[in-house]
Amino acid sequence: MPTFVYMTRCDGCGHCVDICPSDIMHIDKTNRRAYNIEPTHCWECFSCVKACPQNAIDVRGYADFSPLGHSVRVDRDEDKGTIAWSVKYRDGREKSFLSPITTKPWGSCTPNLKEVVGPTQEQRDGELLFNEPKYIRFDDGGLHTLASNGLTLKQGVYY
Amino acid sequence: MAYKTIVEDNIDVLVAGAGLGGTGAAFEARYWGQDKKIIIAEKANIDRSGAVAQGLYAINCYMGTRFGENNPEDHVQYARIDLMGIVREDLLFDMARHVDSAVHQFEEWGLPIMKDPVKDSYLREGRWQIMIHGESYKPIVAEAAKKNADKVYNRVCITHLLMDEVKENRIAGAVGFNVRTGDFHVFKSKTVICGAGGASNIFKPRSTGEGMGRTWYAPWSSGSAYGLMIEAGAKMTQMENRIVLARFKDGFGPVGAYFLHLKTYTQNGLGEEFESKWWPQLQEMVGKEYLDPELSHKTHRPIPTCLRNHAMISEVNAGRGPIHMVTMEAFQDPHLEEVGWENFLGMTISQAVLWAATDVDPKHENPELTTSEPYVMGSHATGSGAWCSGPEDVSPPEYFWGYNRMMTIEGLFGAGDAVGGTPHAFSSGSFTEGRLSAKAACRYIDDGKGEGIVVSDKRINELKEKIYKPMEHYKIYRNEVVAGDVNPNYINPRQGLDRLQKLMDEYCGGATVSYMTNEKLLSIGLKKLKVMEEDLEKLAASDFHELLRAWELMHRHRTAECVTQHTMFRKETRWPGYYYRGDAMKLDDENWHVLTVSRRDPDTGEYTMEKAPVYHLVKDGE
Ligand SMILES: Cc1cc2nc3c(=O)[nH]c(=O)nc-3n(C[C@H](O)[C@H](O)[C@H](O)COP(=O)(O)OP(=O)(O)OC[C@H]3O[C@@H](n4cnc5c(N)ncnc54)[C@H](O)[C@@H]3O)c2cc1C
Ligand code: SF4
Ligand code: SF4
Repeated sequence: MPTFVYMTRCDGCGHCVDICPSDIMHIDKTNRRAYNIEPTHCWECFSCVKACPQNAIDVRGYADFSPLGHSVRVDRDEDKGTIAWSVKYRDGREKSFLSPITTKPWGSCTPNLKEVVGPTQEQRDGELLFNEPKYIRFDDGGLHTLASNGLTLKQGVYY
Repeated sequence: MAYKTIVEDNIDVLVAGAGLGGTGAAFEARYWGQDKKIIIAEKANIDRSGAVAQGLYAINCYMGTRFGENNPEDHVQYARIDLMGIVREDLLFDMARHVDSAVHQFEEWGLPIMKDPVKDSYLREGRWQIMIHGESYKPIVAEAAKKNADKVYNRVCITHLLMDEVKENRIAGAVGFNVRTGDFHVFKSKTVICGAGGASNIFKPRSTGEGMGRTWYAPWSSGSAYGLMIEAGAKMTQMENRIVLARFKDGFGPVGAYFLHLKTYTQNGLGEEFESKWWPQLQEMVGKEYLDPELSHKTHRPIPTCLRNHAMISEVNAGRGPIHMVTMEAFQDPHLEEVGWENFLGMTISQAVLWAATDVDPKHENPELTTSEPYVMGSHATGSGAWCSGPEDVSPPEYFWGYNRMMTIEGLFGAGDAVGGTPHAFSSGSFTEGRLSAKAACRYIDDGKGEGIVVSDKRINELKEKIYKPMEHYKIYRNEVVAGDVNPNYINPRQGLDRLQKLMDEYCGGATVSYMTNEKLLSIGLKKLKVMEEDLEKLAASDFHELLRAWELMHRHRTAECVTQHTMFRKETRWPGYYYRGDAMKLDDENWHVLTVSRRDPDTGEYTMEKAPVYHLVKDGE
């Protein structure tokens, strides 16, 4: 459809509505459950599928080139930091895959830059960004410049 | 209906569109602007918005200077070769020298980057690419932006940039509407960093019917960055340089890891290698300097992406399709098979859905490839976007006007697809450009350049009326007909999109005409776009969702017009395989080794076109 919602599983919580980058998961006023209002603008990105607490959303490959009878299911778990996929072929073959999605407790390691020591005037006037040059090279080297790399910019037709 | 107006005043940095570029900007702005007011306006939900919504399996731009792998100038040279000589080398050098620090921070924030089991470095997919488990790439960078911005307005579609009414050619913010509540939003801001992304669905897509959303670049890439900037009168560059992708058929699954890591290769329908037989003819078109297979073979100099497309397109047109990706050898190794699948699940899940649906197991059969419809963007193997100032210590004087990544409108900055002349930035480079423009924007404010901006209520009310016009139009005329979408007084956004795609496809070199166009076709295209503009005044939207589609269409239309103008201006075929000027089938270095720069006059709608010199980075003394 590409995404569709199982009537018996959806409880109308709206998580999918909140996340869909295409703004096409909406709550049906009569059923009070979600559905894909514009399948022609669905990227099959699975953002809504991953976000649904009820596992109520599934994808049926685009009608114009995908025969029926397949399934790709996903279970994304921020606490465990993993994502599990199971791919089922039309002819019944199955494949499953498991990958990490993060190496840190979710959201714990992104800094608030209001809390770090602010930049000096010299840094403001120069070309460095936050945490540089250290975060570029992790040695004593500075930022690359044309001079440090022995380069010039030359106007020219041929190079 | 009265629409509520919500004004956010005294903003220092407004990030319009928070994909990879915008998140980088919001994050970095906090460091240089500790007490500054930083606001994000994003048409979707920042956690899963933009081209990286479903994740990525590779970071395609990483130097690895830390591991002694590459220097910034190596990357500049690579991008120059790939784009047939025409890039902004100052901007590229600057992006490349900073990009590693972005990637190292991603790792610190929790993004799983694969390690090379032998060397003490990241696992390389190719010379520039490193492999990641990037399903949560976007939510992870979004976290950094959310923590550092004062406020994130999700679901606010920016429709127009605001210009200062005191000082000419200075930015003063932006306006838009909430796609759910319908509220009208006014952002008055000293600077704007435009990160609203590239454009899909401008040319008729290969996919039809229900599958129309299966574009290579995301269907929500509405060309808004271009639409907003062009409309405001910013100069644009290289807009003719659209990109065509060679990808797995129908699903548009990525091929990078397949070619580079899994060592799969292509053959024609007869099982033959076909690329090399097109090189002699192609060399006559572009010259030995740009295509030298022997040299490429000896020195591993890459063959430009467009030229490889050309070979594929020509082979199919010669009747020897389809083109296959030979996966059957690599996929016998269970580890490589797993990488192949996870690559799709990590960034183009549709391709996995499609193979499951069609019982294609790449271990037992070689899947088909195709070339996509054209896309307009500036961070992949193409460099469309705004004409920006470079950094002070690198750029020649004519490429430098005060602030890094500032456009030709004061206080308007950009990142990622919005910035022109900087191909091969990809996700990490776009984020880096966001950081660079945030620092420059803060400096612009500290220098007092954004003081005293004025936007009148009159202007705001004008724009408000304009934004909701499609809804008013719908209300007035819908009852003139019994039911349905056929109405003599209006078209809806979907009907408009179909028209745009059809005319761009046929007149501006889309997929169904094998990417061919010429001056005559382009001038007809321009006429049709002009007439279409009159119909866009009569666009009808039945609800706020359709109003979103209406404004996406207007941004796409403006982008398309600029692309057509540029394609008309450049009288040569610089990138065979991306598009062909049938009336000038050769690359012409004597006249066109230049960057093309356009400006649309916001008052008259007229375009002026100019050539700007290309500056090449060379070793001292060369
Ligand atoms: C299938 C695919 C595979 C890719 N593979 C790789 C890869 O392996 N490695 C790699 O490094 N890169 C890869 N890329 C490229 C990478 O995703 C882009 O280069 C990068 O995301 C561009 O960043 P951006 O900020 O310019 O645009 P985006 O990330 O697309 O962000 C644009 C943002 O603007 C918002 N927006 C748009 N219009 C408006 C509006 N009017 N108002 C408000 N907000 C708006 C959007 O919702 C979005 O959040 C891939 C891209 C695709 C599609
Ligand atoms: S798969 Fe993606 S585009 Fe489709 S409905 Fe779900 S979130 Fe939206
Ligand atoms: S997230 Fe799931 S349960 Fe909640 S509304 Fe959407 S489909 Fe229904």
